[in-house]
Amino acid sequence: MLEVRDICFTRDDKKILDHVSLNIDTDKFVVITGPNGSGKSTLVKIIMGIKKQDSGKIFLEGKDISDLSIDERAKLGIGFAFQQPVKFKGITVYDLLKLSSGKEINKAEACNILSKVGLCAKEYIDREVNNSLSGGELKRIEIATVAVRNSKFTIFDEPEAGIDLWSFQSLIKIFEDMRKIVKGTTLIISHQERILNIADEIVLMKEGKIEAKGSKDELLGQVLDRPICCKLGGNKDNG
Amino acid sequence: MDKVDIDLLHEITDLKGENFEGAYNIRKNGEGIERKVTENINIVTKKDVSGIDIYVKENTKFEFVHIPVIITESGLNDVVYNDFYIGKNANVIIVAGCGIHNDHHKDSQHDGIHRFFLEEGAKVKYIEKHYGEGEGTGKRILNPVTEVHLKAGATLEMESTQIKGVDSTVRETKGVLEENTNFVITEKIMTHGSQYAKTIFDVELNGKNASTKVTSRSVATENSMQQFESKVTGNTECFGHVECDAIIKDNGKVISIPEIIANSVDANLIHEAAIGKIAGDQLMKLMSLGLNEKEAEQAIIDGFLK
Repeated sequence: MLEVRDICFTRDDKKILDHVSLNIDTDKFVVITGPNGSGKSTLVKIIMGIKKQDSGKIFLEGKDISDLSIDERAKLGIGFAFQQPVKFKGITVYDLLKLSSGKEINKAEACNILSKVGLCAKEYIDREVNNSLSGGELKRIEIATVAVRNSKFTIFDEPEAGIDLWSFQSLIKIFEDMRKIVKGTTLIISHQERILNIADEIVLMKEGKIEAKGSKDELLGQVLDRPICCKLGGNKDNG
Repeated sequence: MDKVDIDLLHEITDLKGENFEGAYNIRKNGEGIERKVTENINIVTKKDVSGIDIYVKENTKFEFVHIPVIITESGLNDVVYNDFYIGKNANVIIVAGCGIHNDHHKDSQHDGIHRFFLEEGAKVKYIEKHYGEGEGTGKRILNPVTEVHLKAGATLEMESTQIKGVDSTVRETKGVLEENTNFVITEKIMTHGSQYAKTIFDVELNGKNASTKVTSRSVATENSMQQFESKVTGNTECFGHVECDAIIKDNGKVISIPEIIANSVDANLIHEAAIGKIAGDQLMKLMSLGLNEKEAEQAIIDGFLK
């Protein structure tokens, strides 16, 4: 489905990604985990085209997408949920969902999506995606904008980051339901045990390299023994 | 009226069919051409200067007044004085605005001076749109002046929009507020080419619990320039909030000059201003939804000025 081949990314003399290669199979739910600064976020941003690799290639279903722009990759079927949801003055939740779906959807359809991410749709549909929404609400809307696209390959950049424990407690059910909401292949950066628990595969990154990759059963024990993994709450990741 | 006239009216009003709902007065090239009055709303031509007086009877409920101005004659400099007298507890929607079509080389100008006198408990929604079009080199110039006097318990909500085609504008809005009044102003401006737009707000909060909220959203593109000056004076226990947000593109320039004056310890006045280009993360988010850079930019501006 997606192949990352020999990606390198260096900034300020620091090797953030050091010859990273990774294969992700169709319809798999893959969780990338690892300490802060291990390069997880940079890797997914390079897959989306938000950052440009220094060297290496990316293939989606065999097609070389290494030099495509963000929107070209989106059109080929990659979705991306940002770690810090973006705010807009004047653009409502409904506007954003329409832009996300790429077609005219009616309010009933938009409400349906919002309900799936745990928002009482009527209260939110006409609200602006701005500072008046809490971190937890913005996260749910961010997930909704990705879910509505039905992308074949969807990336979540540490969805638990930046929200308080209480919001996360109620959000975690949504991540557990992610496989139902988001169709196709999912790549998610997380430290959360409950999310690691629903993975088909786990990728462990460290110091810009992939240290281990395997099925949940093979790797979960190893990952959970490490201090990076949280049973609750989230770590902010700048990697 | 010909097709150009009708098209201009469509741009600046909510005209759907051929006629306006409620009372109206259409002014074309400096003269009134059509008028309708209703049982509750009377329109009278001024004797001393060019313009009209509009009288709304007290307790009039949910009626419309349309007073559009269209200019299709190049080189015309039209000055009009319109005064609105709104009776006690009346509730009306007033739609004004000016559309200029200038295909020639001479400048066309319209200066509309509108004064509103609201009696106790009156409520007005005032919608004003400015629009210019035409292929000529002659400039399209609009300099509206709005003066609002609110008696106790009156409220006026003003929506002012200028999205396209006006080369030069100086817009002055003044408010004098008595107790328990509310004056809400929402302004949207987009300039391009070498257009110039200046906005001056001056609101005096004189009565207890008088309040005003001024929101200005503007986009300055290409070589255009905008200036936003706002002055809110709180003379008693009152509330004033001014919010000026601007997006700049290309060589666009925006100057925001805030002035809030508290003459009473109970005056609560806030001014917020933010000017900047379109945020990179906003573009990236919309591009990740499949919009190209240009489409993403347009979606952000459309939302901002909605």
